[in-house]
Amino acid sequence: MSTRNAVLVAALLALASSTAVAAEGPNLGQPITEKEVGAWDINAMPDGTGLPPGSGTSAQGAPIYAQKCAACHGEGGKGASAGALVGNPPITGIESPKTIANFWGYSTTVFDFIRRAMPWISPRTLTNDEVYAITAYILAENKLIGPNDVMNAQTLPKVKMPNADNFIIRFPDRI
Amino acid sequence: MSISKRHNDSLQPVAGNGLLDRRALLGRGVVFAGAVSAGSAGSMIGAAAEPLVDGPWSNEVGAVIPPYQVASRFEKHVVRTVDNPDNVPRNSRARTPHHLLQGIITPNGLHFTICHGGVPDIDPEKHRLVIHGLVKRPLVFTLDALARYPMVSRIGFVECGGNSAPLFSNEPIQANVQALHGLASCSEWTGVLLSTLLEETGIDPKAKWFIAEGADSPRLHRSVPMKKAMDDAMVALYQNGERIQPGQGYPMRLWLPGYEGNMNVKYLRRITLTEQPAMSYYESRTYSQVLPDGKAYRFYFLQEVKSFIANPSPGLTLKEPGYYEISGVAYSGTGRVTRVMVSADGGKSWGDAALQEPVLPRAFTRFRMPWRWNGGPAVLQSRAWDEGGNMQPTRAEIIAHRGQTSKPPSVLAFPSQHFNGITSWAVDTKGEVKHVYA
Amino acid sequence: MSTRKLLLGAASFLLVAAAARAESPELGKSISPTELAPWDIHIMPDGTGLPPGSGTFAQGKAIYAQKCALCHGENGTGGQSAALVGGPPRASLDGGKTIPNYWPYATTVFDFIRRAMPYTQPKSLTDNEVYAVTAYILALNKLIGENDVIDAQTLPTVQMPNRDNFIIRFPDRI
Repeated sequence: MSTRNAVLVAALLALASSTAVAAEGPNLGQPITEKEVGAWDINAMPDGTGLPPGSGTSAQGAPIYAQKCAACHGEGGKGASAGALVGNPPITGIESPKTIANFWGYSTTVFDFIRRAMPWISPRTLTNDEVYAITAYILAENKLIGPNDVMNAQTLPKVKMPNADNFIIRFPDRI
Repeated sequence: MSISKRHNDSLQPVAGNGLLDRRALLGRGVVFAGAVSAGSAGSMIGAAAEPLVDGPWSNEVGAVIPPYQVASRFEKHVVRTVDNPDNVPRNSRARTPHHLLQGIITPNGLHFTICHGGVPDIDPEKHRLVIHGLVKRPLVFTLDALARYPMVSRIGFVECGGNSAPLFSNEPIQANVQALHGLASCSEWTGVLLSTLLEETGIDPKAKWFIAEGADSPRLHRSVPMKKAMDDAMVALYQNGERIQPGQGYPMRLWLPGYEGNMNVKYLRRITLTEQPAMSYYESRTYSQVLPDGKAYRFYFLQEVKSFIANPSPGLTLKEPGYYEISGVAYSGTGRVTRVMVSADGGKSWGDAALQEPVLPRAFTRFRMPWRWNGGPAVLQSRAWDEGGNMQPTRAEIIAHRGQTSKPPSVLAFPSQHFNGITSWAVDTKGEVKHVYA
Repeated sequence: MSTRKLLLGAASFLLVAAAARAESPELGKSISPTELAPWDIHIMPDGTGLPPGSGTFAQGKAIYAQKCALCHGENGTGGQSAALVGGPPRASLDGGKTIPNYWPYATTVFDFIRRAMPYTQPKSLTDNEVYAVTAYILALNKLIGENDVIDAQTLPTVQMPNRDNFIIRFPDRI
């Protein structure tokens, strides 16, 4: 190809790639930065990505639990109108209750769910420290961490859950 | 002999206990019926009719036409059952009355739904959809913007992963088809394909999953493989022609044809492309199935090939022996249903049912089977096959793989999920229909 | 065709006829003409279905004033509901279809009044009253004389000016 043609082709390609989206679709999405996503960016992933700054211990979590969670989840997490949070009954069959201790694969799920969805009637009212504290309380009551362990963005993902390795991906080729 | 053979094809039972050739339903029977219409020999069964009278409704002007029509007051029993009528802090479910419906489209007001934090009242002007994470350009969309994108319409089912869970009970729970199978429905969904929006954001090749999150109070989120995003995932805005109703996710939901209901996130507000799955509460705990050996499935996703008979079914008592049309729905998350067979003798013999055209992939398919009930005991079953070569299993086959409870749970409980086995209805000599295992 | 073939054909017809009975639910009940009578209200253009009875312009005028004028106006000039007399010589896209300039059959007037009028109390007129009001309207429109008696024999013979102006749009759909 001649240099002139090559330049033309390159120019066309550049034009095509930069304006390809403009030419093909409505292009009505507005750019948004991760900072602007802000308050919605609440996924706490199993490897710890997304865990916010902050920390808490079981001792800090106990009074918060008593005040904001016990009404539905029962004293000490034993369960009431909402499910029990403490307890590790063996799974003997499909009717065995699934609990945090005997079933959940990841400790980060506890943090994630409390932060986005709890308390039931007033979600997103807990501070990040409070969420870490309640998480620590629940994990400690379940003997998955020690009573004095500090839960934060570094330590929480390291808590290995007893049932973590018992999952089978049902249809691997759909992933 | 040869003449009677030629004309008798449609009369021969195709399977035991009265099942007739489905071709009787496909027009050939109509030709024969025409031959007998002139000079009828008089009444065939039953007493003579009463004199006709004008009902009062024919003699007075009717009511004003309402702007949004609802069903006749005489149909007020055709509703969903609602299991959390006081909206206490737990999940709420509404189940479709399959035994009272026909065709394949579930009317919007009767489509099943499960809400994990009540039904939110979302202002469409303020609602946003943000797509971010492993994309080239994170973008936010208003509803006005989305309305201008190319729209696609597809008819397809949505089914809760836990639909039919009562059949994991070790004893057959006595309940009707709405209670047992009511967490599945089918609609025409119209919206923008997620892949269209991802063309605009661009995709970082590292992305293997996207996390879909809702704007409801629990901010329910699920992880979905990028494979599904690029296949047929839709940001759905319309259901059966009108805007999606609040119980179905107004103003928008994610629709993943053939994938378990919980993943079809309602009140969709955020899509985050990631390398790893989020392992949310719902996919870590709820939608993960304990197996008999103590292990558990996760990422089941697929609603497998399934069928059930809606009529006759428990509660719909047969008044008298005679001709009936056995009718039900079949569907598969893999694709099209290719065959449905019906048995009236508990699985000893089977005949092919007629499938209502057009047969659509990942949508309800209505099947119908003509049946002459002789008044004796019968056990009705249906079984479906899909274009992937999958066959609906028997209940016994599922239980052998997945286990069952040791005592019967509440009909509202979910001992496990993804039950797609054969359902059996026993008809007794009084015409009453009960749920049995056969 | 041979007798034997004819017999066989008839036999197979009967067998086939019986076959239909074997296949359908057979839940229809027989009904006699007497039982049907209250609903048997179609009046055909050739007069089939017209009941016994009769009426005249004078008789109809009194009934009309009492039961029809409220909506259709004094002497059929219209009001809340359409005028029954008058109108342009011919209908156009601007409107103006009337009994004299458009309707092909006088029997339709009888049929419609009998089944649907008065609006708020349909089927409340006797057959004589319907003949009378029909006569009144036809006479107002100069389609019959004011002394003509309208009954099952005379009504179908009334000439309607616009009868032959209709073209069947798609004859092979009939």
